[in-house]
Amino acid sequence: MTGESTRSSVEARGVSKAFGGVAALDAVDFEVRWSEVHALVGENGAGKTTLCNILAGIYRADAGQVIVDGAERDFRSPAHAIDAGIGMVHQHFRLVEPMTVAENIHLGWPETPGVVSQRALNERTEQFMVEMGLRVDPTAKIWQLSVGEQQRVEILRVLARGARVLILDEPTAVLTAKEAEELFAVVRDLAAGGLSVIFITHKLREVLAVSDRLTVLRHGIREITRPTEGATASEIARLMTGEERVLNVEHRVVTGDPALELRGVSALNDRGITALHDVDLTVRSGEILGIAGVSGNGQTELAEVICALRGLESGAITVDGADITSMSVRAVTDIGVGHIPEDRIGMGMVLSAPVKDNAVLHSYWTEQFSQGLNLNRQSVIDFAKKLVETARVQTRSVFATAGQLSGGNQQRLVARREALAADRLLVAAHPTRGLDVNAAQEVRSTILDKRDSGCAVLLISDDLDEVLLMSDRIAVIYEGRIMGVFEAAEADREHIGLLMGGHSITEAVA
Amino acid sequence: MILAIIENAFLSLIGSAIPASAVVMLAATGAMLGERVGVLNLGQEGLIGIGAVYSVIAVLSWGVESPWLAMLIGMIAAAVAGLIFAVCVVAFRASQVLVGLALALGGIGLSNQLGVNRNGTPIQTLFREVNPGGVLDNNDAVSAFFFHDPVVYIAYVGLPVVLYFVLFRTRHGMNMKAVGENPAAADAVGVSVTGWRIFYSVLGAALTGAGGAYMVLSFTPTWSPDIARGRGWVALAVVIFAGWRPGWAVAGALLYGSMISLDTTAQARGWGLPFMGASDLSFFLSMLPYVVTLVAILIPAGAVKLGRRVRSTAAPAALAIPYSREER
Repeated sequence: MTGESTRSSVEARGVSKAFGGVAALDAVDFEVRWSEVHALVGENGAGKTTLCNILAGIYRADAGQVIVDGAERDFRSPAHAIDAGIGMVHQHFRLVEPMTVAENIHLGWPETPGVVSQRALNERTEQFMVEMGLRVDPTAKIWQLSVGEQQRVEILRVLARGARVLILDEPTAVLTAKEAEELFAVVRDLAAGGLSVIFITHKLREVLAVSDRLTVLRHGIREITRPTEGATASEIARLMTGEERVLNVEHRVVTGDPALELRGVSALNDRGITALHDVDLTVRSGEILGIAGVSGNGQTELAEVICALRGLESGAITVDGADITSMSVRAVTDIGVGHIPEDRIGMGMVLSAPVKDNAVLHSYWTEQFSQGLNLNRQSVIDFAKKLVETARVQTRSVFATAGQLSGGNQQRLVARREALAADRLLVAAHPTRGLDVNAAQEVRSTILDKRDSGCAVLLISDDLDEVLLMSDRIAVIYEGRIMGVFEAAEADREHIGLLMGGHSITEAVA
Repeated sequence: MILAIIENAFLSLIGSAIPASAVVMLAATGAMLGERVGVLNLGQEGLIGIGAVYSVIAVLSWGVESPWLAMLIGMIAAAVAGLIFAVCVVAFRASQVLVGLALALGGIGLSNQLGVNRNGTPIQTLFREVNPGGVLDNNDAVSAFFFHDPVVYIAYVGLPVVLYFVLFRTRHGMNMKAVGENPAAADAVGVSVTGWRIFYSVLGAALTGAGGAYMVLSFTPTWSPDIARGRGWVALAVVIFAGWRPGWAVAGALLYGSMISLDTTAQARGWGLPFMGASDLSFFLSMLPYVVTLVAILIPAGAVKLGRRVRSTAAPAALAIPYSREER
């Protein structure tokens, strides 16, 4: 591709950064050249954004140097980085919604005239747009624009300030396929014009399509920097994820008394519309029943009625023969039902409370942790430490708040806590959503261990691969109705896909 | 005859409403400055007290003979209080509501304590009314509207015009609004959120202090305990009523001032009509400014709820939310 110049534009040497005692970057070396598109690749939490935030002056490195065009720089704020020609377009746009495109481009810019009229701003903006070859209506308010247009405003703003190094943080995450293609063309043009573009992504196709060179980060450590030419997607994937632990799941056929039984259950959603229609389901001890379906077909409500978080319109739910229909949430928890909720942050934990308190969030009243009104602090701390260790939650201490944990660690904590609480039934709603491959495997192992120890598991996921991998039996849900239930051995991917899309069994089989 | 009485009453109402609401106007402008950059200072009541008491001290104890200098001293005192507030809520990200309430209560207590030996001592160093002389006839109508002291002109004309210009016609104002709407966005383009928030909190506190100074240097004109009598809270309401726009604050302040004047005018003229079984109207009239304030805030709130979101009158999106760059 391009890149006849090999002079480096910006360089990080031995850069380290920690949050709440956990290392996000560990002595990373990273070098970008003029006239190249450099892809920065890694899983969630690999440290890509942190590294770029340091280059853009948003964070300050705990250790290491930032070198721009041969000179060491210490950016104390984004303004310093902008002065040095480094501009970043964040994944979450930094635009002021009630203001116009022209105003946003001129925000905080010393070259904006001191006294300004809307018209003058619009004219100046028009002029840049012509120069840069990018167009958005300068008079439009930000909230009126599509996401792709907003991104263009961000890029224009950075370029207008004379940025020579452009950092794009997961720029395609919010774009449609067509918008992404347009962005690739823009990025290639900019590099051809002599600029450096750092392109943060975890999508391998994009890396291969747009970059000249690539750097892979994993767990805050640089794995490799190499030319993109000759690299293969599988090679990059291996470097991103490390050696994967391959999960071998043996599906079983379990007979015996049902642990969970739903008979004719109907329930409303939050808007008062029927979300579950006459649902009959059975989960036996020692098996995983997977619920396959497209998001929003009643899965959320299903998990909630089982955990007593939502009332029934009709029908009955029993756990080991005990009717839980009119039980309180605590009573249901006490008989051994664990729930890994879909909304981990909102429902699963108290972000402002320490990890130790979150560890006993729904068992603090048991004899293990309290006598009468007294909480036994030491037993809570001991329990939390053990939980953190077995769940491999990375945290400074159990006294750090849950909000200081990264998303993956929060999820590990909740999953392990609920698994421990679940003696009879574990309801796992989208347990691996948003996790990287390894964290997802750990959570899956936790769930499988639970099954092997004789607990019944209801697994809800909109990832069909996950449902097929994990489940002993599979139920398909569509518009609140159970479309069919299959043994893992007889489950056919295409057949299930059709049911998920609303076709009836007869249509699907035919 | 009846007409003349009504006209007379109306003019005297206007004549006293304008200076009566100048305090609210100054405090509202001060509060608005802070709120535009996202800092909610509920301590207006205390800042008025501090501004007032230091102006009184300057005149009575330090022998200051210029009302302007006395006002400046009041403003500096309020600015110091505003700086302490700003450091707590901006630099240390303490709750703006809690620190603001502490400032309101602490400011009232401090000023009452400092003013304890000066209760009721008349103040001679006053702002004088501007009389444009030959340009206008000295009749009741003209004097009601136009013969006031210079602070009134500054509060109703000078400040709103300057603030309007800065907010809506300058680069500086654009950046200010960005800090209040989306500090992360302002930060990303190199506007110092912390610096601007502290600066405008302090400047706003000084303006509110000027309001307090004006009370004792023209309006009352003497120190009495709890001098603000709720004007600080009303100023906060006026900012909401005005939808954070300087021009509308004038309307809000005058509305409130008219109610205050209605009360004092009625008392002075003995309009002691029986009302709702009460022997006279005075309690009702004393209550009226606050009732009207309450209703006035509900109007824009209702407009937002009924119609689609009225963006131009919505509060700055980051109001009262501390900003931290490295938060994850």
